[in-house]
Amino acid sequence: MDIFKMDLLRIATSGSVDDGKSTLIGRLLYETKQIPEDKLQAIESASFKRGLDFLDLSLLTDGLIAERAQGITIDVAHIYFHTPERKFIIADTPGHVEYTRNMVTGASTAQASIILIDARKGILEQTKRHLFIAHLLQLSRVIVAVNKMDLVDYEEEVFRNIQSEFERMIERIGFQGKVHFLPMSALKGEGVTQFLGYQKWFEGPSLLDLLTELPLMEEEDKEESFRFQVQHVIRPKSSTHPDFRGFAGSLHTGETRVGQRISNARSGQSSTIKSMEKWGKAINSSKKDLALTLILEDEIDLRRGDILLHENEVASTRKQVKAELCWLNGASHQAGSTYILQQGTARTKCKIKSINKSIDLLNLEWKAGGELESNSISEIELQLASPLHMDPYSSVNKLGAFILIHPQSMLTLAVGFPKG
Amino acid sequence: MSPNFPRELENEAIYIFREAVEQFKHPVLLFSGGKDSIALVQLAIRAFYPAKVPFPLMHIDTGHNFPEALAFRDEMVQKFGLDLIVEKVEDTIQEQGIIEEKGPYASRNALQSITLLDAIEKHKFDACFGGARRDEEKARAKERIFSVRDDFGQWSPEQQRPELFNMLNGSIQTGENVRVFPISNWTEWDVWNYIKEEEIALPSLYFAHEREVFHRDGMIWPASPYIQMSKGEETHRQIVRFRTVGDMTCTAAVASDARSMEDVMGEIWAAKISERGARIDDQRSEAAMEERKLNGYF
Repeated sequence: MDIFKMDLLRIATSGSVDDGKSTLIGRLLYETKQIPEDKLQAIESASFKRGLDFLDLSLLTDGLIAERAQGITIDVAHIYFHTPERKFIIADTPGHVEYTRNMVTGASTAQASIILIDARKGILEQTKRHLFIAHLLQLSRVIVAVNKMDLVDYEEEVFRNIQSEFERMIERIGFQGKVHFLPMSALKGEGVTQFLGYQKWFEGPSLLDLLTELPLMEEEDKEESFRFQVQHVIRPKSSTHPDFRGFAGSLHTGETRVGQRISNARSGQSSTIKSMEKWGKAINSSKKDLALTLILEDEIDLRRGDILLHENEVASTRKQVKAELCWLNGASHQAGSTYILQQGTARTKCKIKSINKSIDLLNLEWKAGGELESNSISEIELQLASPLHMDPYSSVNKLGAFILIHPQSMLTLAVGFPKG
Repeated sequence: MSPNFPRELENEAIYIFREAVEQFKHPVLLFSGGKDSIALVQLAIRAFYPAKVPFPLMHIDTGHNFPEALAFRDEMVQKFGLDLIVEKVEDTIQEQGIIEEKGPYASRNALQSITLLDAIEKHKFDACFGGARRDEEKARAKERIFSVRDDFGQWSPEQQRPELFNMLNGSIQTGENVRVFPISNWTEWDVWNYIKEEEIALPSLYFAHEREVFHRDGMIWPASPYIQMSKGEETHRQIVRFRTVGDMTCTAAVASDARSMEDVMGEIWAAKISERGARIDDQRSEAAMEERKLNGYF
């Protein structure tokens, strides 16, 4: 067995209040035997204290004091579990209207998203919001888990109706990813890791089987252009390494190798990759690596934030950017404000020139204009102080995405997805 | 079957180190002597190799150390040419005339936060690297990689900055500082696997050895001059090892004869008690960690 190979799948979960998301995650952990005995005992005693006659698995993730008092989830929580084949990181996000930012945040690092629906309630405004965010982030996989099937007597018709309505929504939004539908009861354990025979009309697979079989991002990788962004220049100036000049950074997409001609998108200056290494260990070729160091043949001007392309590629360095923008902060945009734009490790000042249109999540329609305020999603035009190379955003090329930072409060205000 | 170490996690941690060094003026690595902070040191060395680690380590010393842990610390610092700052809780107690906790459960854990906050101010640190992991505890599961603290070192869960994709926003206002957690997404098992695959040295405390201990509340406590024993409690010699290494007054041992790395990992894999279960300080209340975090504990 290759010790350097272990699959890691990042998943985002989102749902509405009370649709049983915490119970579902608790169930996944419980049935994959990830819960240590002391935690299990704590849950048993807490369940008993509340007068419940079953194990309240939601207590595993409903963490903070404030949340327990209100019985809600207030922020993105990260949960870890594994099967023999794969490790999983779940970004669990709450489903309140005001917390779209958490959903976007959770989904931004995920390869797949689980959208939870209460079988009794069907598709809610939240559900539309979740799918739209998956669409915005171009997630390639969405799992629609219709939960609480036990409360509708596991009736196939209830499930199928929700599925058809969801499919109509997919069409309206134009979501391109693959969608899996799954009826389940997290409380009873039906459909999570196994089927107990309540839903003979459903063939499976269970949620865990589905998650274990999902292709990883790398495996889905299409032909992508080489994009390397400089993060940190290593210059020891020591007696053992007097002239070492390594460009530590991230190979976001594409592949490269020693001897490859590259150019700096900002300046157009070219050079050749002389060698590549990870902490002194030489490598000849690489793809998708957050921490790679390049050593170049020539001393070209290269600094933090610069993006390298293969030499024959044309940079799309620009000051005018059209983008979809999701506003994440309680403080709304004021016309004329200057912000700091961060794209990966690059930063520049920027202004919002216009708001073209905004989405109305109730009926999934774009309307002209609109305000940039908490949880809004709009298409905008940006003016940058210094030109940046910006590729259109895609789930493969996440380097396209950027955040906006308030220049005084320093808070992260918004996330943007450049268009072509 | 036990999973292997995903290399993606090492890359992520190194990316976080580099990002913090670029975004902050005076970072420091909080070194506790435990395996997580030892792994952190290894990652810091790698992140900047062949350059020197561009920030010091800082040990907040409660004075209740395992002698083995101190010896290990000094040897490690020497070997890798690192800078070490030691700030003593004892000094805080003297300077501020603090009355210490008394009784069999007395611990300097709460005082550590005061010494830490004073040290941050004194050295003007704007970022502190810590070895906390999100899988340790429910409050940690909700914490960001760049976790902003206010003037009083307080964590505010409702006002955290969203962290999208790999983008970390470390810009702060005067008085604020940031806790940086490079191994946020590692599990306990990942840390062990990494230490094993990279053959990283650990203090001998992590392996089975004979020592003077006593039993209290179903846990094995190391006998030491810093712990007041109650009537009826008696020490005896036992073969034990520690799953976490902190202050002697708040770290419980487990009965074990695992003397090699393989044996220890075999035991952990089979273990049924979560890691922090052996930390006496967390057993005080169900929400102990969240309460301490709000008060500036890292």
